[in-house]
Amino acid sequence: MKDKKSEFRFSVVSSPQIRGNLSTGKIMLYVILALLPAALWGVFQFGFYSLAVLVVSIVSAAVAEGLVCLIRKKNTLGDGSAVLTGLLVGMNMPPSIPLYIPVAASFVAIIVFKAVFGGLGCNIVNPALGGRLFAFFSWSSAMFTFQSPRVFLSSTADAVTSATPLSFLKSSVSEYAGSIASEADLIALKHYPVTRWDLAVTDRINAWTGENFCSGYFDAFFGFKSGCIGEISAFLLLSGGLFLLAKRIIRWEIPTAFIGTFALLVWVFGGLRAGTGFFSGDPLYQVLTGGLMLGAFFMATDMVTSPFRSGAMLLFGVGCGLLTFLIRFYGSFPEGVSLAIVFMNLTVPMLDRLFIPRRFGVKRKKKGEKA
Amino acid sequence: MKHRLKTFGRGGIHPDDKKAPAADCPVRNSYFGQTAVIPMGQHLGAPAECLVKPGDTVREGERIGEAAGPISAHVHCPFPGVVEKVEPLILPNGSSSRAVFLRIEGPFEPVSDRRVNDGWARMSSEELLAMIREAGLVGLGGATFPVHVKIAVPKGKKADFLIINGVECEPYLCADYRVMLEYTEEVLEGIDIVAKITDAAKVIIAVENNKPKAIEKMKEAVARSGRPYIVESLKVRYPQGDEKQLIQAVTGAEVPSGALPIEVGCVVCNVGTAKSVYDAVVLRRPLTERIVTVSGGAVAHPANLKTRIGVPVKDLLSECGTDFSKVKKIVIGGPMMGFALADWNTPVTKGTGGILALTAKEIRTKAETACLHCGRCVRVCPMGLAPVTLYKLIQAGEYAKAAEAGLSDCKECGCCSYTCPAGLYLVQAFKKGKILRRKMG
Repeated sequence: MKDKKSEFRFSVVSSPQIRGNLSTGKIMLYVILALLPAALWGVFQFGFYSLAVLVVSIVSAAVAEGLVCLIRKKNTLGDGSAVLTGLLVGMNMPPSIPLYIPVAASFVAIIVFKAVFGGLGCNIVNPALGGRLFAFFSWSSAMFTFQSPRVFLSSTADAVTSATPLSFLKSSVSEYAGSIASEADLIALKHYPVTRWDLAVTDRINAWTGENFCSGYFDAFFGFKSGCIGEISAFLLLSGGLFLLAKRIIRWEIPTAFIGTFALLVWVFGGLRAGTGFFSGDPLYQVLTGGLMLGAFFMATDMVTSPFRSGAMLLFGVGCGLLTFLIRFYGSFPEGVSLAIVFMNLTVPMLDRLFIPRRFGVKRKKKGEKA
Repeated sequence: MKHRLKTFGRGGIHPDDKKAPAADCPVRNSYFGQTAVIPMGQHLGAPAECLVKPGDTVREGERIGEAAGPISAHVHCPFPGVVEKVEPLILPNGSSSRAVFLRIEGPFEPVSDRRVNDGWARMSSEELLAMIREAGLVGLGGATFPVHVKIAVPKGKKADFLIINGVECEPYLCADYRVMLEYTEEVLEGIDIVAKITDAAKVIIAVENNKPKAIEKMKEAVARSGRPYIVESLKVRYPQGDEKQLIQAVTGAEVPSGALPIEVGCVVCNVGTAKSVYDAVVLRRPLTERIVTVSGGAVAHPANLKTRIGVPVKDLLSECGTDFSKVKKIVIGGPMMGFALADWNTPVTKGTGGILALTAKEIRTKAETACLHCGRCVRVCPMGLAPVTLYKLIQAGEYAKAAEAGLSDCKECGCCSYTCPAGLYLVQAFKKGKILRRKMG
């Protein structure tokens, strides 16, 4: 009898006996892989100090998670979520930030915004955004000091601070309201830095089409602009986002609704502050700048803090787009993506309840009908 | 224009069907050893009453278990022999019943396919149902519901559709597929009998389109014999073989929560069951054997074995050249809804459609992490439940609330657990929740 027991050493668990091949670790790995090109582009443009910011953010997040593991006596470092949170915190930092700020942001992200709520899966607000907002309101001036990307530096000059496209627009648009055809004109008018490639391509296009497009779009798209380390290349972020979509890690609803709503609102109402009337906004430039791509593809789609049904996701994305528009155009900050997402995170439990699936073989209850 | 294949409404998954190694293996007889174990509870419902005691000599095909109550089935002895002992036995699905431990000896009856009862067409539904009950038939698709109850149309109800289930959506399994290919005529005559009993207006034989040979064979045989049956090719999708999903795929109707298929005018019957109905009525043979797919990564020679009830699983696995050093898990049934064995001497029962020896690579065990709230379980649930919510309620001990949220609609198809990236044991929690809910009233 004893002999028989030792011979039978097969696992006995509940059905299903086979599992699909997607795991938490794999999801985190794919998201990190999708973010890396944009992060490395930031490092390339802003120099090695920005790499230090990224590394410090990731290490602090991992250390914070390690501390939490010690307290909870449960190893959750392996799921990879802390590393991802750290990377996102770092990518959301201005490149020349003093290092204690990302350290604090990562700790707050992991401990206050995640562990306190019960760890991965229980947090209400995206931890990385929570950490970023904490830094944003605690060290506002440092968080608003941006450095010029490498392309605009002469070989001798040290890091030079410069305004991001959005803060530049926000601060100068009121000055010229009524006297310009569109916001984008300001870039040429106020000599906002533009690469020669951008000028050359824009000239070529204008020669072809006979139109008079403004310069700046290509820089904004490919990432020759100042901003947070990880947000400058809309192109690389978009590619990463499409990679995640193709791998079915994220779904299309949130990014589409987010960017779509925002672009639509900018087109309809965005021209008002420049005095050019309705339907004269510049959605393309607005979509390509700031943290929109990073936010729409990587932060708003965080599964833990977004709803799980298709309709709810669309509503969530619409809300993000609306709030981003309001903050960018009517708020006191030039940038509104992170605040918008955090605000919408709070509505997720409600959205999930609104979109409870209809059960098979159960008719949808009419209003007022008793359960 | 291409005809759009039918399928069910929502949810579902597409696991790799892994049917290839066994699908082309013709059914062959299995060996058997010197002993057999025949449990009394091989079906859904009350276990049969055991009619023999230790020391008794039994004949092949003798009734050794008497159906206890309306939802129960007779058990017949598959071998001649002497009863060694009668002891309780726990089957892999957790049900416990008495089992007859048999030492095989004595003369076997010569196998004959003589049509004993050619005149079934003149018999009444009641007579036919009694014959089916007499033979101890249970649904062979896996749920093992007694057939004489399942296909009886209650008074005042009418069957518009008789759906013959040849879907076999579980990966690896091809027992039904082989039955359709090799016993086409028997299956069709079995369907004739069931159609007569149910008096169904329309008979539809549903097969997923990953079995083109079976579809062709059935279509050809139906056309040749001039039967008015429709062979419907369905889009491959798990869990289409489930009754409710199949009915929706074929007719578009949703069986109401908690109701039986007849509520929407449907009776569903598996192809293997149809064949056993033929055996029971035309050959007057009780259900003592079935076709079992033996497959899995550790099995050197996958096969479809015609085996008698009561043969230990281990013998069949050995017969097919299983390398036990590579086996991580032995599964009885399909990999999605089947049970992992805790004892490889477990006998083949009426509901055993497959025996799988799976390797670690095939199982893909995942480390359990926290739920990510990704919603994949909600999107794959064919019953429109929110598995994540049910799971959390059950973990919190809120069984009544879980029941309110539709726990009893869950049929443990496993789509949620299969898909869950966090590797949560969702189905296990639901099984637990159902049991505790019942216990706590």
